[in-house]
Amino acid sequence: MSNKGISKEHEKYLIDVKRKNRSVLLAQISILVVALLLWEIAAHFKWIDTFLTSYPSSIWKLFIEYSKNGNLFYHVGISVFETVVGFLAGTLLGIIIAIGLWWSDFWARVLDPYLVVLNSLPKTALAPIVIIWVGAGYSGIIVTAITVSIVVTIMNMFISFKSVDEDKIRLLKTFGASKFQVLKKVVIPSSIPALISTLKINIGLSWVGVIVGEFLVSKAGIGYLIVYGGQVFRLDLVMMSVFILALISALMYKIIAVIEDKFIKWQQ
Amino acid sequence: MKEKTVVEIKNIGMIYHTLEGETEAIKDINLNIYEGEIVGIVGPSGCGKSTLLSIIAGLIKPSTGKILINGEEIQKSCKNFGYMFQKDQLFQWRTIIENVVLGLEIQGKLNNLAYKNAEEMLENYGLGDFKHSYPNQLSGGMRQRVALIRTLLLEPDLLLLDEPFSALDYQTRLAIADEIGIILKQERKTALLVTHDISEAISMSDRVVILTKRPASIKEIINIELSCPTGIRTPMKCREAPEFRHYFNKIWKELDVHV
Repeated sequence: MSNKGISKEHEKYLIDVKRKNRSVLLAQISILVVALLLWEIAAHFKWIDTFLTSYPSSIWKLFIEYSKNGNLFYHVGISVFETVVGFLAGTLLGIIIAIGLWWSDFWARVLDPYLVVLNSLPKTALAPIVIIWVGAGYSGIIVTAITVSIVVTIMNMFISFKSVDEDKIRLLKTFGASKFQVLKKVVIPSSIPALISTLKINIGLSWVGVIVGEFLVSKAGIGYLIVYGGQVFRLDLVMMSVFILALISALMYKIIAVIEDKFIKWQQ
Repeated sequence: MKEKTVVEIKNIGMIYHTLEGETEAIKDINLNIYEGEIVGIVGPSGCGKSTLLSIIAGLIKPSTGKILINGEEIQKSCKNFGYMFQKDQLFQWRTIIENVVLGLEIQGKLNNLAYKNAEEMLENYGLGDFKHSYPNQLSGGMRQRVALIRTLLLEPDLLLLDEPFSALDYQTRLAIADEIGIILKQERKTALLVTHDISEAISMSDRVVILTKRPASIKEIINIELSCPTGIRTPMKCREAPEFRHYFNKIWKELDVHV
């Protein structure tokens, strides 16, 4: 679109849209600032018990301290590593199994009831078993993260594979395509949107798996900090860990969204 | 007619099995299709027209009978068919040029020469400027033209058109049917056109096959001979031919439509 020849009315419309966007952003930031400010003031004037609630400036001080002595990066690094590995492995394995089910009608039907049961089961209930079987180190935590995300991945991807337009497959068959070509040329590409939304779900689920795993056994990681802080009533430590957790998982979600934009250019 | 027979349909019958029982969809169909002709197939809705096309294309195995292509029996879906669907079935994640070469890609025939050829064909049919666009940026008529080019690039001996215009609005439909009719004649393609539009069948075909209700068998085959006003036969001009009405009424009566 050219910038020349914009009518007065259109100019006004554009300014209007911008102004609205700005006020939304402003309101979003204000909520955060006001909440933190109120919290700080309430703590300062002893309206709330800081032993139970901690307060922003103390959390911030702790954050600076943990950053300086490197403890923070150590714990965050471990949790992020476990999450990323669990996320990638869970997603990849899930997709491979979904492809297997798509390939074989027989096995898809045989395994259907098992998947339904596994899907409705809260996977965190399996965490103690997984940790006993696999071990109490990173591997146990990573496998816990995988168990949480893999079933949803299988279900979502399988449904998406199955919902590919029958005529598109027929079209490829008239070209003489093999089953593998059908998979590669139409089934997988048309499931990209489903894949992206699965990735977004899995980021959150992998974090659930990792944090639960760390609650149970770990000696390091964000989940460990939260549990430890809770046990010794260091609420500033708990709060800081939760804030960092929120920030990092939001960041990971954002990364997926950027990948999505790159991939789905044809949807504009 | 002394022309070469491209397709021989011999005693084709088809029975569908479901848990509730069996349905006879097609019964005893015999038909020869000659090189360069367009054969229209009309019939009551749900009579098994599309099933017949799928059988000819080798996508479904018939219960009885066989199909001979150039004198040879088909085993499975082989490469001398071009199939056009109701919807264009363009892949929305591929650009127009990538869509057009899809068939070649599948058959491992995509090389530089074939790619240039595809580009040229897009150019010839007025789509040159859109080769790097995505399908959702094109109109319905343009998309169907892209689908035709995708089919023609494989140089099929026989084109199977399964109500290829029915998803388009009326004006586009007339225009694109005209255009595709001209292209098919220009490229001397043999085609089988399934449609529920009587006018479309008459204007595009050399012969019209009328099928009965389910189980479908051939009721009548009508040779279409139209004296087009300008002498050049295009589907659009054919609609002005004096015989057009006569054929229309004849087919309408044969179809025996009761609502």
